[in-house]
Amino acid sequence: MGKYVLKRIAISLLTLLAILFILFLMLEYMPGSPFNDEKLTEAQKILLYAKYGLDQPFFIKFFNYVSKMITGDFGVSYTINMNFAVGDMIASRLPITIKLGLQAITLGSLIGLLLGIVAAIKHNTWIDTITVMISTLGVSVPSYVFALGLAYFVGYKLGWFPILYNMSKAFESSVLPTLALSVFTIANVARFTRSEMIDVLGSDYIRLVQSKGVKEWKLILRHALRNALIPIVTVIGPLMVGLLTGSMVVEKIFAIPGIGSLMVNAIQMNDYNVVIAIAFVYSSLYIFTMLIVDILYGIIDPRIRIAKGGS
Amino acid sequence: MKVKKQRVLSIRDLNISFATGSGDVNAIRGVRLDLFKGETLAIVGESGSGKSVTVKAIMGILDSNGTIESGSITFDYEDKGELKSVDLVQMTPKEIRYQIAGKKIAMVFQDPMTSLDPTMNIGKQIMEGMLEHEDLSRDQAKDRAIELLSLVGIDEPLKRLKQYPHQLSGGMRQRVVIAIALACNPDVLICDEPTTALDVTIQAKILELIKDIQKRSNISVIYITHDLGVVAKVADYVAVMYAGKIIEKGNIDEIFYDPRHPYTWGLLSSMPDIDTDSKRLFAISGSPPNLLETVPGDAFAPRNPYALNIDFRLEPPMFDVGGQHRVSSWLCHSNAPKVEMPIQLKRRITKMLKEEKDYV
Repeated sequence: MGKYVLKRIAISLLTLLAILFILFLMLEYMPGSPFNDEKLTEAQKILLYAKYGLDQPFFIKFFNYVSKMITGDFGVSYTINMNFAVGDMIASRLPITIKLGLQAITLGSLIGLLLGIVAAIKHNTWIDTITVMISTLGVSVPSYVFALGLAYFVGYKLGWFPILYNMSKAFESSVLPTLALSVFTIANVARFTRSEMIDVLGSDYIRLVQSKGVKEWKLILRHALRNALIPIVTVIGPLMVGLLTGSMVVEKIFAIPGIGSLMVNAIQMNDYNVVIAIAFVYSSLYIFTMLIVDILYGIIDPRIRIAKGGS
Repeated sequence: MKVKKQRVLSIRDLNISFATGSGDVNAIRGVRLDLFKGETLAIVGESGSGKSVTVKAIMGILDSNGTIESGSITFDYEDKGELKSVDLVQMTPKEIRYQIAGKKIAMVFQDPMTSLDPTMNIGKQIMEGMLEHEDLSRDQAKDRAIELLSLVGIDEPLKRLKQYPHQLSGGMRQRVVIAIALACNPDVLICDEPTTALDVTIQAKILELIKDIQKRSNISVIYITHDLGVVAKVADYVAVMYAGKIIEKGNIDEIFYDPRHPYTWGLLSSMPDIDTDSKRLFAISGSPPNLLETVPGDAFAPRNPYALNIDFRLEPPMFDVGGQHRVSSWLCHSNAPKVEMPIQLKRRITKMLKEEKDYV
């Protein structure tokens, strides 16, 4: 297992390097520049390019960037926050986004699992029908619609929670965005859990457990859920990343100072280093989550665990 | 006169139907069966004849669209020294599961590759039933699990306990399934085609094993199968099912050496044999009736070359043809014309009888 994890980490690092290269290449050929200011003369622009090393050939720029990045230096911001270290900009905002994402995924997975399990047990009853309706709605309506709805009804009309993000009341402020973000997860996890559970509940080994006379709740928790979880874990991973990247709009609505809103600004203002750094952070999160999913897979499914241990 | 045999299970006039998109399917039509202590009953018939449905009704694991229209399944058992008699039809599936399943009646399923939970180790799966029904500590349950594994012929039981189903071969998995079934010393063991998914050499061993266990613990066994070879090896008593009805039943000798129903003739004739002189294997022509519609007369009549006129109009009753032998065919009526079984089958039976005599 340890060997396997090490191998996976090595592959992940290589993947990240490749992603970085592609990002660099894309920005290189993107129109515009960070210094698109009409007040700047050609000579001043050349000076600026030279100062930030943007005049150098592509491969040298890439090499310089990577070697600096390894030491934790992500360069400086060109436009949003002149000469401010990108690393620091992200460091202050990332925890807010991640916290929001984790809250949403935890809430969403728990409610989703619960709904899915109940729907599967009560398959073909009105409970099942309602769950399917909820999940179809949750998947098809974008999260910013829920965000606006929640902000209006719960935030403005009822006044239970703040509408705009407030640093001093971090938890209260995160309630509405968490709810808005978790709807998609609830819907997805519920849909997936339901179909997986229905599959598992119809399998031969569940028939055998029934014929052993095992109590219903033990059958559900020990046998059915455990087997259904294997495929469910694979969707929760990408959903988690989807939440982080997809939170951009919701962050804007609730004025949350996370990296989602920063990314949008950076793209609009051609702030190369910020764009690359955030894209890099997103990629790392994705790869890291998939790695965790893979390890979890092994813990839940003995077939995979043992095969891996052998290799 | 023999000592009166103790009846364990008696099914009376069982009718089961399934609600489907195109209407109600009358899958079981008036089944009547008895199972005695220490005996083996084999229910034979082709796919869809209702053999599995019958035993699922006993276990209370009918699919959710199935309903028991009428009839009774009386189960007599001993509970803490007290004789009890219950009608399984009157119990809810949950009651059957918590009071009877696993404890008094256990089941071995057809496909060992899919009937074990892939995420739980063998030991836990065997112990689960015991911990549920009996006042055992974990250690006691574990000792019993080890005992059971050696009973079903698995070596290194201690090591196997910690293994997962995918680490065992098909034959071993079926042995584990049998060990699970035996965990709580049931009175009745239902084997739903227990050897269909196994290769022939393993088949014989598994049958041998079940027989051996039966001899030791005097449990009653119901075999569901379409393999007459299996029936010949294990059964004391045979019931032949066709289209949801039992069309012929009797003890093993009566069914194999003196079959009366044309369907049974067909089944026996279609069994391959070393010195069949024809080049083609015999097959019963046609296909079973659609049970969505009510079947007038004998359900087998349209496929039956010996069918009488009355077979198409009136359902034959069970005729008592002596001993334990009962046949549902108008051919057994005293006014019916005398019809002989196919000559090939006749020859084969004579040969089998002779072989048996020589063997003894």
